[in-house]
Amino acid sequence: MKKTYKIEVDCANCANLMEDAARKTAGVQSATVNFMTQKMIVEFAEGHEPKNVMQDVCKACKKVEPDCEIFL
Amino acid sequence: MQELIVNLLLVVVAILAAVLRLIGQRPNSGMTKKQKVMLWRILAATVLLLVLQALGSSAFAQLGGAGRWVRLACYLIDYAVIGYDILRKAAKGIRNGQVFDENFLMALATLGALALAVYENGDYLEAIAVMLFYQVGEWFQSYAVGKSRRNISELMDIRPDYANIERDGKLEKVDPDEVAVGTVIVVQPGEKVPIDGTVESGASTLNTAALTGESLPREVKAGDEIISGCINMTGVLRIKTTREFGESTVSKILDLVENASSRKSKSEDFISRFAKIYTPAVCYAALALAILPPLVCMLGMGQAPGWETWIYRALTFLVASCPCALVISIPLSFFAGIGGASKSGVLVKGSNYLETLSQTRIVVFDKTGTLTQGVFEVNGIHHSEMENAKLVEYAALAESASSHPISKSLQKAYGREIDRSRVSDIQEISGNGVLAKVDGHAVAAGNDKLMDRLGVPYISCHSVGTIIHMAIDGQYAGHIVISDVVKPTSGQAIRALKSAGVRRTVMLTGDAKKVADHVAAELGVDQVYSQLLPADKVEKVEALLAEKPEKEKLAFVGDGINDAPVLRRADIGIAMGAMGSDAAIEAADVVLMDDDPMQIAKAIKISRKCLRIVYQNIVVAIGIKLICLALVAVGLANMWLAVFADVGVMIIAVFNAIRALFVKNL
Repeated sequence: MKKTYKIEVDCANCANLMEDAARKTAGVQSATVNFMTQKMIVEFAEGHEPKNVMQDVCKACKKVEPDCEIFL
Repeated sequence: MQELIVNLLLVVVAILAAVLRLIGQRPNSGMTKKQKVMLWRILAATVLLLVLQALGSSAFAQLGGAGRWVRLACYLIDYAVIGYDILRKAAKGIRNGQVFDENFLMALATLGALALAVYENGDYLEAIAVMLFYQVGEWFQSYAVGKSRRNISELMDIRPDYANIERDGKLEKVDPDEVAVGTVIVVQPGEKVPIDGTVESGASTLNTAALTGESLPREVKAGDEIISGCINMTGVLRIKTTREFGESTVSKILDLVENASSRKSKSEDFISRFAKIYTPAVCYAALALAILPPLVCMLGMGQAPGWETWIYRALTFLVASCPCALVISIPLSFFAGIGGASKSGVLVKGSNYLETLSQTRIVVFDKTGTLTQGVFEVNGIHHSEMENAKLVEYAALAESASSHPISKSLQKAYGREIDRSRVSDIQEISGNGVLAKVDGHAVAAGNDKLMDRLGVPYISCHSVGTIIHMAIDGQYAGHIVISDVVKPTSGQAIRALKSAGVRRTVMLTGDAKKVADHVAAELGVDQVYSQLLPADKVEKVEALLAEKPEKEKLAFVGDGINDAPVLRRADIGIAMGAMGSDAAIEAADVVLMDDDPMQIAKAIKISRKCLRIVYQNIVVAIGIKLICLALVAVGLANMWLAVFADVGVMIIAVFNAIRALFVKNL
């Protein structure tokens, strides 16, 4: 399953870091952060509830970029 | 002297911050809350710093022994006002194991400079000013990028906000998502058509510029198909929807454009990989710069180590090294390039395709529908004994009973309603043509065989296409040539491609050899392969792919419906005329919104310009950085130049990136 989330992040490097962090989260098949449209596209692995996974993604992103925001 | 310049700069920053803060009051300023808060902090810190500078160290000296510490406290407060978030982020980063980021670089550099100043009871100005100017640069970057991001997005925004539905004689605005297929919606002048459909009643002119980049308006009347995203210009239209909003052209295009910059190009990947290695590398380099030279001086040459000098240099080195200019400008360039392209009717599905497109050296065309109109038209009337119009009239009437494409094109050329009562005794001879009585004259319309059969001497035609010989009352009356028409801009398009650096043009077609050769010669295409089945086309493209050098890319241009397998196989697939054709949008990497082949050359030129800007930014940003780092390392530059290397380069790169948006005159 693929879902798109609106995000708020200030710098492009931070967006790259967020992308990396999201990819490493369990339950995420692939993740792309689009800095220009301020969007995060997450593809979930099978058998994972997007809601739970996104909580972890959020945490992981906050870790690498405290200033970022993901609107769930 | 330097102090004077710095003070002047501080005054400028203070005024600027105040002015920007006032602009920020306006509702449409586009500043985020974070940016507004930052402006207050910049303003406060600058004013405080100016006051402290004006007082000078002598004012504090009057306080006696405690003066030195009061002065330090004042400067520290100022430092905290401007830099507390950087310090916090750096601390958080260290705790989370993300040590090497720009916050860490700035925190380390300014804290180091402060510590040196405390040690010497000297100049606190430098540390604070560096932090201040860094924050000003960050603010500007965030504002400029946010602003251009929004501008480009607005350019591409063709999303309709509502649909009008008539209920009890009143118009009601509803969410387009909620409109079911088959509903009648009303589009008033000045509004966007929200959903694909057919016109039930009303006539109007449509502006399709947002979809095609073509400013020529299109006329529609009742019964016509209409696609969403056009702007209704003159009359009220009632439209019966044929699709849901999510399936409509406008939704598909939006989806495509919005996801375009998610597909990353090699250059973007390079930059993110580069940034990952770069930041730790400069940190270790700075550490080495702080420790190694003094040790060498002390142990190797027996001189004084000069720790302060080298630590200062190492800190300056850190300030100069921020990778943000690079990281920000590359995606921004691609985004602007894709935005500019879509503005002129070329949809590029991703930055990676823009990159491939710029390396295109071989362009392979499909013939029908791409270089030619794909519709058969009366293209010539030769050796006619009577008026041309009269001959076409007889032919159209004689063929009136047939539904063959040929008879349709004859009827189209005739242009008036067919009066069937004028025709009688229609006799179709399969594979030969038609015999009929029109206005009492015996008319024969058909090929060579029909003329042979009737024993009428005829003149063979040298033109390419389907030839219809006409005989009236047993007398030869000339022939009509019907053929596919070459698009008016095709020849020009091939020449434009050549001048844009395309080495080879190839045409593939399922059509007969004679027709294909003729079209190719007329247009100046280098190579032709004719009488191909769809599977043969894939084979031919694969052969071409195999024989070309790795670095040259092959683009295939087709009209998308029957060419889908080839579009996928080529390095880059370009589909013509996405207006209404789903297969085109799906299979191709680049979609030309109108059928004009001139757009191919334009797309290639846009991609070249964009990539040129990307490389300029990479070279300039890395180049200036490296030069500054070298200057700092040998002691020729101080922290001021280092801040310029960071902020200045970034501003230059952002402005350069915006240039990719301007593609009108390419």
